[in-house]
Amino acid sequence: MELFRLTIHELNELYREKKASPVEVTRQVLSRVEKLDPEIHAYLTVTADSALKEARDAEERFSRGESRGLLDGIPVGLKDIFLTRGVKTTCGSRILENFVPPFDATVVEKLRSQGAVFPGKLNMDEFAMGSSNENSGFGPTRNPWDRERVPGGSSGGSAAAVAADECVAALGTDTGGSIRQPASLCGVVGVKPTYGRVSRYGVIAFASSLDQVGPLAKDVEDAAIMLQAVAGHDPRDSTSIPQPVPDYRKSLRAGVKGIRVGLAREYFPPGLDLEVNGVVQDSVRLLEKLGARPVSISLPHTDYAVACYYIIAPAEASSNLARYDGVKYGLRSSQGKGLIDTYFQTRTAGFGHEVKRRIMIGTYTLSSGYYDAYYRKAQAVRTLIRRDFENAFKECDLILTPTSPTPAFKLGEKTTDPLQMYLSDIFTIPVNLAGLPGLSLPGGVSRTGLPIGVHLIGPPLGEEKIFSAAYALESEIKWERRIPEL
Amino acid sequence: MKNGSRISKEEVLHIARLARLSPSPEEIDKLTREMDSILGFFERLKEIDTTGIEPTSHAVELTWPFREDEARPSLPVDEVLSNAPERGKGMFKVKKVIE
Repeated sequence: MELFRLTIHELNELYREKKASPVEVTRQVLSRVEKLDPEIHAYLTVTADSALKEARDAEERFSRGESRGLLDGIPVGLKDIFLTRGVKTTCGSRILENFVPPFDATVVEKLRSQGAVFPGKLNMDEFAMGSSNENSGFGPTRNPWDRERVPGGSSGGSAAAVAADECVAALGTDTGGSIRQPASLCGVVGVKPTYGRVSRYGVIAFASSLDQVGPLAKDVEDAAIMLQAVAGHDPRDSTSIPQPVPDYRKSLRAGVKGIRVGLAREYFPPGLDLEVNGVVQDSVRLLEKLGARPVSISLPHTDYAVACYYIIAPAEASSNLARYDGVKYGLRSSQGKGLIDTYFQTRTAGFGHEVKRRIMIGTYTLSSGYYDAYYRKAQAVRTLIRRDFENAFKECDLILTPTSPTPAFKLGEKTTDPLQMYLSDIFTIPVNLAGLPGLSLPGGVSRTGLPIGVHLIGPPLGEEKIFSAAYALESEIKWERRIPEL
Repeated sequence: MKNGSRISKEEVLHIARLARLSPSPEEIDKLTREMDSILGFFERLKEIDTTGIEPTSHAVELTWPFREDEARPSLPVDEVLSNAPERGKGMFKVKKVIE
């Protein structure tokens, strides 16, 4: 039986009925990785031995009737941005090529205590900066649907691994679309929760006021299970939200009767890809059929969001990445004459071009004389973008948009023009600026056989509403996974 | 503003020094071109009147939590130093700071 194709909830049922074992599933997933990953390159590190040990422990628990819940014995992939005690964590960067963290991120600790099995660490754009995984310091991940195309980014390894059944579910991070855009391009479900819903402790920082952890999964129910497992207040992250975490699985079957679904004209510009538009319109019709009511809304500052984001995120990154100086961990260049020179040599040798450019942009906009014109201005625009959503949510319960303006593009297609690459996050970025929850789910497939995602946005802490709508939509969408076998 | 006038090579070099980066001459040319075009893209924000709009630094409003100042166990020194490129006498070791 091809157990590696199953979801968390399907596997858990088989585990409980003793019809499948965590060791068998883990073996299948690992051999899947061995077979496919030379081409896909979703993994940076495979931890086969410890995964099998974790699986054996889970199996014992099931045989004793002491299961730790839905994630017990489930192989979960981790983006290489999460600190894992004793397991190399690179963040996709040569500067952390040999970094072995002495502690686990809170989310890893939580998954571990619930019995999850960790097959390894997943590829990503260096320091989560990118929309295609082409900025990984260790070579790009390829899209399982078409290996000439990108999986999206920055959680491209996570999305590709889930799509290719190289893990059952995965954890990623989303600063401007880094979970939802690759989920859309790889045909999986991806959730960016409300800012602060999940702890960032032990998650390597990119832009601290935007970064948020979330799941990538094979279906909406699995995404809800994964978010349930990692959400909650953490005293070690002072920006984490103290409100209790609701039971997300309970919301799945709530339906969409009477729900007002906002359609913002700014998210359907005249030049929008016809197939992307078609898939979103199909979803509107399906939601209407299920009893939801489409309403027309406006988010007038949408056009400014990408510029606003590309000031705020690099500014925060330039500050966060100052720590990579070759003193406490990571690469240290041996070329340096004296301490200051060692900083220069180390950072110049260790960072890739995209990261350097963002550090430069951030340093520029924060430097004296430019701070008010750029950073302060962008923060004020951020307020206006947030207010756009506040006003919109007076007229609707949820917002439906495309996730990405196009299906997966070819490797190399956008690498020469950074602005072109930045614009692939045009529909996801405003959600991070406003701190809202967003979910991408597969809405359909293009004529060329590439998945197209649809994007649901909710008000702050509106994860349940999103899950209800996504679950209802998922059961109506004629969706067939058509990954060409390699 | 037309291309090539928003940021000069000299400014790029100055910013690189602040960021502790030493780009090669080719990288400086590339960065100057790219930063010029990105800064040009930022110009559109000038169209918006933001007078009196307070800045958002965090998206969700939180009151900053207080806690008791209690000593808690921390990582053993050996583990803290385990990733240090150079260590000695229980400390991180670096090159001479003052010549």
